[in-house]
Amino acid sequence: MLYRDALNLALDHAMEQDPRVLLLGEDVGFYGGNYKVTDGLYVKYGPKRVIDTPIAENSIVGTAIGMAMMGLRPVAEIMTANFAMLAMDQVVNQMAKLRYMSGGKIFLPLVVRMPQGVAKQLAAQHSQSLEHLFASVPGLYVFCASDSTSAYHGLLYAIKLDDPVIFLEHVLLYGVDFPLENSKDFNPFQARVLKEGKDITVVSYLKMVHDVLKACQWLEEEGLYCEVIDLVSLRPIDFETIYSSVKKTKRLVVVYEAPKSFGLGAEVSARVCEELFYFLDAPPLRIAGGEVPIPYNRRLELLAIPTPERIYSQILSWSKSHGL
Amino acid sequence: MSQTLAEKFYYLMKLGRELEVRCKEEYLKGNISGFLHLAIGEEAVHVGAVIGFGKGDLFCPYREHVLALARGIEAKYIMAELFGKVTGVSKGKGGSMHLYEPKMDFYGGNAIVAAHLPHAVGAAYARKLMGEKAGVLAIFGDGATNSGTFFESINMASLWEVPVLFLCENNQYAIGTHISRSSALKDLYLKARDYMPSVQVDGMDVFVVYEAVVKAKEYIEEYGKPYFIEALTYRFEGHSMADKGDYRSPREIESFKRRDPIKLLVDKSLQMGWLTEEQIRLMDQKIEKVIEEAVEFALNSPEPSEGELYTDLYCGVCSDVIP
Ligand SMILES: Cc1ncc(C[n+]2csc(CCOP(=O)(O)OP(=O)(O)O)c2C)c(N)n1
Ligand SMILES: [Mg+2]
Repeated sequence: MLYRDALNLALDHAMEQDPRVLLLGEDVGFYGGNYKVTDGLYVKYGPKRVIDTPIAENSIVGTAIGMAMMGLRPVAEIMTANFAMLAMDQVVNQMAKLRYMSGGKIFLPLVVRMPQGVAKQLAAQHSQSLEHLFASVPGLYVFCASDSTSAYHGLLYAIKLDDPVIFLEHVLLYGVDFPLENSKDFNPFQARVLKEGKDITVVSYLKMVHDVLKACQWLEEEGLYCEVIDLVSLRPIDFETIYSSVKKTKRLVVVYEAPKSFGLGAEVSARVCEELFYFLDAPPLRIAGGEVPIPYNRRLELLAIPTPERIYSQILSWSKSHGL
Repeated sequence: MSQTLAEKFYYLMKLGRELEVRCKEEYLKGNISGFLHLAIGEEAVHVGAVIGFGKGDLFCPYREHVLALARGIEAKYIMAELFGKVTGVSKGKGGSMHLYEPKMDFYGGNAIVAAHLPHAVGAAYARKLMGEKAGVLAIFGDGATNSGTFFESINMASLWEVPVLFLCENNQYAIGTHISRSSALKDLYLKARDYMPSVQVDGMDVFVVYEAVVKAKEYIEEYGKPYFIEALTYRFEGHSMADKGDYRSPREIESFKRRDPIKLLVDKSLQMGWLTEEQIRLMDQKIEKVIEEAVEFALNSPEPSEGELYTDLYCGVCSDVIP
């Protein structure tokens, strides 16, 4: 099932099961969504439950918060994470804090969905990976969907949670066909081990997971066996799964599309160093985007983010220089 | 006067149209990528506004090829940018939505809806403070007028009394959402009327746009205060190359195409004797040549070298950048 259809199905099922669930966002209704994730839902559920909003990101999240306070379960779509920067007051100052500040009296069963990442030549203001901004805020849950299974089950789970969730999708995955597994007890708080291996633990999420899997296949031809972990949740991170893998492999690599500094790589490596320093056979390696806005030119764009080829060659040379 | 204007309008509008038609072809060939927003159908607003405004700073949204042409940026530098080449206006780093030429007071291209409106207010404040009176032209869509940034900007421009001309090109749609589904007010000029002089004009007639902008420019220069124009127009294509635009009925599209701004200009100019068929033919020939040369230039230009990835992020030793 296409990733976008899996998301659509999750929304459809959630709306079918619970009349309190409603959608709002720019172009989500009549137009069917900029990436067609909400296609057909406007016709099925009508304009009261699939709301076309003006271009007003901060107030999209703000009104969704108000709806959630009154017991609805809104799912807001921000067209892309880039525009969520206009909603940061509502996300950071409001959505993440209202429950805590009210001493637990206010519930915010609210999901804010958005795609992020580099597509193809959309230039600096439309190509960002901003997960670390959300993941650094206590009070938010941050989920990622790397395939149709985590898209469908993860989104349904998020909608059913009584706490606010930032739900991240990747622009390049919408048109990709993945098997939709029937995992009844899917738990987004648990990282997924997508591939077992004895030599290196590679942690990733969203689209990079697939680039990592490709690179790891090539690495097997070099006799290196990677264990690939997909972080379905970035806040909280399932460190237990990472730790038990690293205890086995003694080596950690983190791969992500955002600029290397201040990202998930820093957090995961630091925690692993804190907990498992004496287990490690090599310093952790971060493979990530460059410290630049994403340029328009295709060649430069591809230089600014990890590619399967570069993931492969960086892991290979790193493991060679650390005795593998 | 009308003769020279008609000639200028025709040349720029047709050049804009042909350039964008060619961009579409080059996009389909794979020479241009990313988001490409065409202004086909909206040329009267873009050309009428930029020519009418004359000297002064320009802040534009992502649909800015024709605005850049009208400001005097050569077609070849625009085309090279769209091709991602180092000879492009933004060295291939910006693409279609990010054409900048501060030397010509052209400040982009912005891919975030309404984000350039406060820039325009700040720029006007600066110009006024520095004793210059040309003022600033800010162009944006109907959809942008629903954002908080828009309301904050008109309030600050009015409060601070700065010379900004807010020009709203109302093409009725924000991507696939019709204005009736996103704005409580249908006549957008009403949103600004309590803050500044505000009018609604026919955006398909370049002479009408031009005259409205000239009048507005005189006002902002004389009083150093803001002014608002809503120009009613229509985009003939989808929102971008990623959008077919099929949420609009063929009848609706046809009804606007009957008032194609270029056709209106030609009809009026021939009728009034401002242009002859022969003049038009010669201009068309010239335009064809300019566009061929632009594509040729773009094709033959080099891509940025790998080292360019990390240049231009910080200025290093900064010099005074205000021209
Ligand atoms: C803050 C922000 N939100 C959403 C978008 C996505 N987006 C790009 S263009 C657009 C519609 C803008 O419509 P309008 O202002 O009428 O301009 P038009 O394209 O019709 O000229 C939207 C929603 C964006 N670029 N920036
Ligand atoms: Mg519009």
